[in-house]
Amino acid sequence: MVITARDLTKRFGAFVAVDAISFEVRKGEIFGFLGANGAGKTTAMRMLCGLSLPSSGQATVAGYDVYRQTEQIKRSIGYMSQKFSLYEDLTVRENIRFYAGIYQLSDARIREKTAKLLQQLHMEEQEKSLVRSLPLGWKQKLAFAIAIVHDPAIVFLDEPTGGVDPMMRKEFWSTIYEASDRGITIFVTTHYMDEAEYCHRVSIMVDGRIEALDSPGRLMKRYAAGSMDDVFLQLARKASRTGA
Amino acid sequence: MVKPVIVEELVKKYRMKRGEVKALNGISFSVEKGEVFGIIGPDGAGKTSLFRILNTLLLADQGRATVNGYDTVGEYKKIRQCIGYMPGRFSLYQDLSVRENLEFFAAIFNADIQENYLLIKDIYTQIEPFRDRRAGQLSGGMKQKLALCCALIHQPEILFLDEPTTGVDAVSRKEFWEMLHRLKERGITILVSTSYMDEAGLCDRVALLQKGNILSIDTPEGIRGRFGKAVWAVRASEMFRLLNELKGDPSVESCYPFGQYHHVVLKAPLAGETDLRGIMDRERYAEAEVRPISPTIEDCFMALMKE
Repeated sequence: MVITARDLTKRFGAFVAVDAISFEVRKGEIFGFLGANGAGKTTAMRMLCGLSLPSSGQATVAGYDVYRQTEQIKRSIGYMSQKFSLYEDLTVRENIRFYAGIYQLSDARIREKTAKLLQQLHMEEQEKSLVRSLPLGWKQKLAFAIAIVHDPAIVFLDEPTGGVDPMMRKEFWSTIYEASDRGITIFVTTHYMDEAEYCHRVSIMVDGRIEALDSPGRLMKRYAAGSMDDVFLQLARKASRTGA
Repeated sequence: MVKPVIVEELVKKYRMKRGEVKALNGISFSVEKGEVFGIIGPDGAGKTSLFRILNTLLLADQGRATVNGYDTVGEYKKIRQCIGYMPGRFSLYQDLSVRENLEFFAAIFNADIQENYLLIKDIYTQIEPFRDRRAGQLSGGMKQKLALCCALIHQPEILFLDEPTTGVDAVSRKEFWEMLHRLKERGITILVSTSYMDEAGLCDRVALLQKGNILSIDTPEGIRGRFGKAVWAVRASEMFRLLNELKGDPSVESCYPFGQYHHVVLKAPLAGETDLRGIMDRERYAEAEVRPISPTIEDCFMALMKE
């Protein structure tokens, strides 16, 4: 198991942001982590990334404890979000070098990784271009490649593919399938239920709790829904917390 | 009767360090009164340039456009009186409260909140509990509702919404579309842009926009009806291997991942389930599943992109 969480809880004063969630994520799995705004997704994810200490409960990520081994966790995970991922004022090559450096890859390893990555992405000609000048779809593919440059056990994707054209989105998901095939675990949060349908399993959070967890196919069957959108709406509309 | 929006051969170019970028490549279309008209396209398609030209905030390089019969260049002041505009980026005053933002927008349009309250009542009552909260402190869904109220407070005839549902959760997104349909029933014409293909089905007509060109304009059913080829939804236990297998097979025209399934179009018009099952049996896929489906807007968009 790459993630195990047992009654993981986070309180802010009297407010229970994450309320005793339990789940496991297997190696190589594409795991969707869904919930409406305010459901507690971000708080839960921050605990799993070693950025916030739980109030109670247990969890391990890549075998490391979320209370005592947060530094090891940070070294074993990758992170990519639509909002923040690459430095726009650095070139493609500089971004790769920067992130690989942060993860303390050796110079020789960085050179080798950079060459391989540029070739895989067909971006050899753009290595000296500023990231700002790249089309959004290329940025996303580059951001994902960089997020796994240090061969993490698991990569967290925070709303990864908003806004790009459908062809680019398909290519992006093919890349994710490929990474999963290589044994990298993928943990995705998204508002878009068509993205949820790419996941092997998804969990849906409502008011700090995990209300449902299964494969998209079985969830659709259980809730007699034609799409994940329907499943999500049925569950999320029960929420008593307002997103205000 | 004059059409709410008429666009003729609009061209917009931006000069960059390394040459020119054409945001709009001579596009033409018109919107009927009372219609929900969707501009569907990814980032960089030209959606925002188009909206800014129609809202008289940007000049086109060539072509012309009218809104409510007024020319976007010569009669821009008249246009500003009769439209509501909700830009893609949240543009209200973050440090004014909900109530103050609404009062401010009513004041600059010389509109009376009481007089026009009926139009925004449904939406405003949802954010009224937070009327003294600063706009910057609201959630995405609430900000969006407030922005819509501010765009409606002067009773516009035409509403321009630039990517209103980007980054909003599924529940708020559904509620937002329900609000748009209620506004349509009140006779307001709505031009809305989105990068999410699944929202096309919620519009009366859509224009599919890609790199400044319109790929197709029709009702969502019309666009799907013109796809012209059978689409097969296929799945098995090893989805990534299956994707590469089908992409590389000589009998396959296209194969794309679509969530739980891959969507496959075959080259031969009469080929179908037996052929796909044949490939999957030969390559020993477990739990193989094949079924015919009708094409989605996304299938159509990608097929049109390739043409």
